[in-house]
Amino acid sequence: MDGIHDLGGMQGLGPVVHSPAEPAFHHRWQAVARALMTVVAGAAGASGGEFRHSIERMDPGHYLTSGYYEHWLTAAATLAVEHGLVTHSELEARAGGRFPLSGPVLAPAVADAGPDVGEPRFGAGDRVRVRDWHPPGHTRCPRYVRGKAGVVVRVDGTHSVPDIEAHGTARRHEPTYSVRFDAADLWGDGQRGVSVHVDLWDSYLEGP
Amino acid sequence: MSPDSHHPAAMSPVEQRVAALEALLTERGLVPEGFIEEVTRRYESEIGPMNGAKVVARAWADPQYKQRLLAGGTAAIAELGFSGPEGDHTVVVENTPAVHNVVVCTLCSCYPWPTLGLPPAWYKDPPYRARMVREPRTVLAEMGCRLPGDVEIRVWDSSAEVRYLVLPQRPSRTEGMTEAQLAGLVTRDSMIGVARL
Repeated sequence: MDGIHDLGGMQGLGPVVHSPAEPAFHHRWQAVARALMTVVAGAAGASGGEFRHSIERMDPGHYLTSGYYEHWLTAAATLAVEHGLVTHSELEARAGGRFPLSGPVLAPAVADAGPDVGEPRFGAGDRVRVRDWHPPGHTRCPRYVRGKAGVVVRVDGTHSVPDIEAHGTARRHEPTYSVRFDAADLWGDGQRGVSVHVDLWDSYLEGP
Repeated sequence: MSPDSHHPAAMSPVEQRVAALEALLTERGLVPEGFIEEVTRRYESEIGPMNGAKVVARAWADPQYKQRLLAGGTAAIAELGFSGPEGDHTVVVENTPAVHNVVVCTLCSCYPWPTLGLPPAWYKDPPYRARMVREPRTVLAEMGCRLPGDVEIRVWDSSAEVRYLVLPQRPSRTEGMTEAQLAGLVTRDSMIGVARL
């Protein structure tokens, strides 16, 4: 989905508020939220793709105004409700107030994942172009490279396609590639001497 | 009555929500005894940038190790005992006088946990994720990393299964140092690529 999480290249978000060192958790609730996500993902049998998508479906305003561990909390609660571990009204009753959850899945469930892709279609040095498409479900293909041409710099072996695993129990495995894009090709106003490398699954790519 | 209703006024709304989910999952028998404490302890004390610093120091001290590290990061890092979640496919990218590498995750917050620990807040927040792929030279300068204009910048967006670790350049005048002393020079930021040493 073209969601708020897909931030690459967005403007107007302000400066990076950097700190040279910080604790793993600033507050105990953050550690608890983190652990509860593991609990829920285990009990629900949620894949990495399904977990990430449950964050991506957050209300955009809530996403931008809450930190990382509030994302995890919202995702954990959303998956817990969707998988029948708890109900939304139980959560709100126990919290004594509103308990915002992520929005519904917009993509249909995947019943047939299609065949695995064993052999890489491309090798290092090959020119490729990213498919220009806008799937309604989970994807790890950032918007800022869709339709753009780049060069494969590395082939990384075969992995489960997130777009499939986020939407059911079916799985398809494909090679992934690191693809180098010239910043000038991505942004027009790209800074000189800059390249951006994005790791992409086989089905995200087409020939030049 | 919920276990946390003794002091509801002292809790922020997000703390109340966490407590609610924790209580409901615990009542259903889904949270193993001591699990939360164990997860917290692991991330607070076992993993962190001190692990990555040992990898970098070894690479500086041992050219053959460095070769193995750049050829296959995961296996070379495991030689030092570091592995686990978010560390199964690690690629190490080397800074040189002509090339500077920097790591980001625009879609979420992917990060090499076994070597760097959990990511800092700014790495997970929208400004860094939005801007690093679009204006890295500017963002790096704002963060105090001013690179000469002729230094090539390579940004790595960890959008799939690979997690990246930057191998910073070894500082000058460190020839006589032990590996442990070298590790003491290596910062978290230098291994993300937002600082040079």
